[in-house]
Amino acid sequence: MSALATPPSAEPPTRDSYGSRALRILLPIAVLAAGIAVWELVVRVYDIQPYVLPGPSAVFKTLIADWPVLSQSLLVTLLTTLEGFAAAAIGGIALALLFNQSKWLEVSLFPYAVILQVTPVIAIAPLLLIYLPQQTAVIVCAWIVAFFPVLSNTTLGLNSVDRNLAGLFRLYGASRLQTLVLLKLPSALPYILGGLRIAGGLSLIGAVVAEIAAGSAGAGSGLAYRIAESGYRLNIPRMFAALLLLSAAGIVIYGLLALTSHLLLRRWHESALGKEN
Amino acid sequence: MAEFAASNETDTADLAVRLRGVTKVYDNGVVALGPFDLDVRKGEFVSLLGPSGCGKSTALRLIAGLNAPSSGSVGVAQSSAAAKVAHAIGFVFQEPTLMPWTTVRENVRLPLTIKHAAATDADTRIDKTLRQVGLAEFAGAYPRQLSGGMKMRVSLARALVTDPDILLMDEPFAALDEITRFRLNNDLLALWRSLRKTVIFVTHSVFESVYLSQRIVVMTAQPGRIAADIRIDAPEPRGEDFRTSVAYAGYCREVSNALAPSYAGQPDS
Repeated sequence: MSALATPPSAEPPTRDSYGSRALRILLPIAVLAAGIAVWELVVRVYDIQPYVLPGPSAVFKTLIADWPVLSQSLLVTLLTTLEGFAAAAIGGIALALLFNQSKWLEVSLFPYAVILQVTPVIAIAPLLLIYLPQQTAVIVCAWIVAFFPVLSNTTLGLNSVDRNLAGLFRLYGASRLQTLVLLKLPSALPYILGGLRIAGGLSLIGAVVAEIAAGSAGAGSGLAYRIAESGYRLNIPRMFAALLLLSAAGIVIYGLLALTSHLLLRRWHESALGKEN
Repeated sequence: MAEFAASNETDTADLAVRLRGVTKVYDNGVVALGPFDLDVRKGEFVSLLGPSGCGKSTALRLIAGLNAPSSGSVGVAQSSAAAKVAHAIGFVFQEPTLMPWTTVRENVRLPLTIKHAAATDADTRIDKTLRQVGLAEFAGAYPRQLSGGMKMRVSLARALVTDPDILLMDEPFAALDEITRFRLNNDLLALWRSLRKTVIFVTHSVFESVYLSQRIVVMTAQPGRIAADIRIDAPEPRGEDFRTSVAYAGYCREVSNALAPSYAGQPDS
């Protein structure tokens, strides 16, 4: 209403803020370009052999030359990551919902979720590889690493429901299902999405850890396996190329999840609103 | 929440709410309320007035059935409307308490959704209620786009949409600026005159309670008991003329005097 004054922070964006936004994008790119240039320069000036340290140009050439092999491996790793992520998302949210419905179930099981989380996955992976088929073991690794943030964030979200809104639902005699669907899940959505964003990167880590643990003994052909294999063969440029692809995959996964989160929350949640709103 | 038992007393038919010997002791041992007796007639506008923490909000939550009394009985008249979606009580909280993830329209629809109202019936009710609170053009807006006063109107619309007989309001306008508050006071009075709901209005403002109420129940500090029960016999309809009248000032003095002992002994009084 008109009686509400405009807060002092709501100034129109000035030229300065556009300038600083451009700098935010340009500066990291400049740092990257400088880093690559120095790397290339050092390799050339000191005439370092590619099996010790390949220059960026050599890595890039390998990336193109080995693309048929590397792209195949990228697909394998991405698929594993996706399966682990899906399992973590479904498992984490389902467990949180179960815990929310029954206090006793939460008390009985939550400690084990914590134990699973704090035990380093790199130490669990070899055991899993003994008892499970390799592909399953890799997915289970991805799940173990990634499900906990989903579980704990969803639990936090479900417990952060506005007390008065919950009272309102009780006043009108809402069923458990109605309270869950109409109140608890929408309230928890920003938290769930935050958990999923962390889980995306973690499931990639889980998949890589399991592939490395499986090592050359495994029948796998994921990117991490390529890195291990190339290491044994002293094919250092291919190690760098595979690493580059893993990083890119991680960035894309994070970007996609951040975008999904933004699209789902942009209409109402503080985190997705611009400063001018 | 107990319905009225088949009471022998003849005057219960005229009552909307009846509290007898109600107390509320919280788990930490704090006695918040009582013993507290209250009769509210159907169609009456009653204010519960008292210092912060005197248990007036507690009393309201007990009437709504949001909390159970530690002892005593809470009786609420059953809804007179036959419709399936009818609900005896509408509640307006101190904060707007809206769902931020959906529009004004869907917020107002909430009680009807919970009660499985038919879509067409629900749409008619929502349109009518939004018109009553003056928000027809804002049906598609999200709560964050609204001012504090408009959010409170949405909250009021949501409470009214089931056509309750009793409207419980817990310091609904306390956080608003004075001009907005006056406007909402006037609109609330107009709604009350046309709809003839029973209204129980919790406030700590002497001026607001005198302006709005037919009757003011002044409460003591913790634990909340009744200190005075004052009728405000000013003629209807009340407007800005009443707010500046001598009679209004007189009532305010009387109520303030009744309230003063409740603040005695408090360091900041």
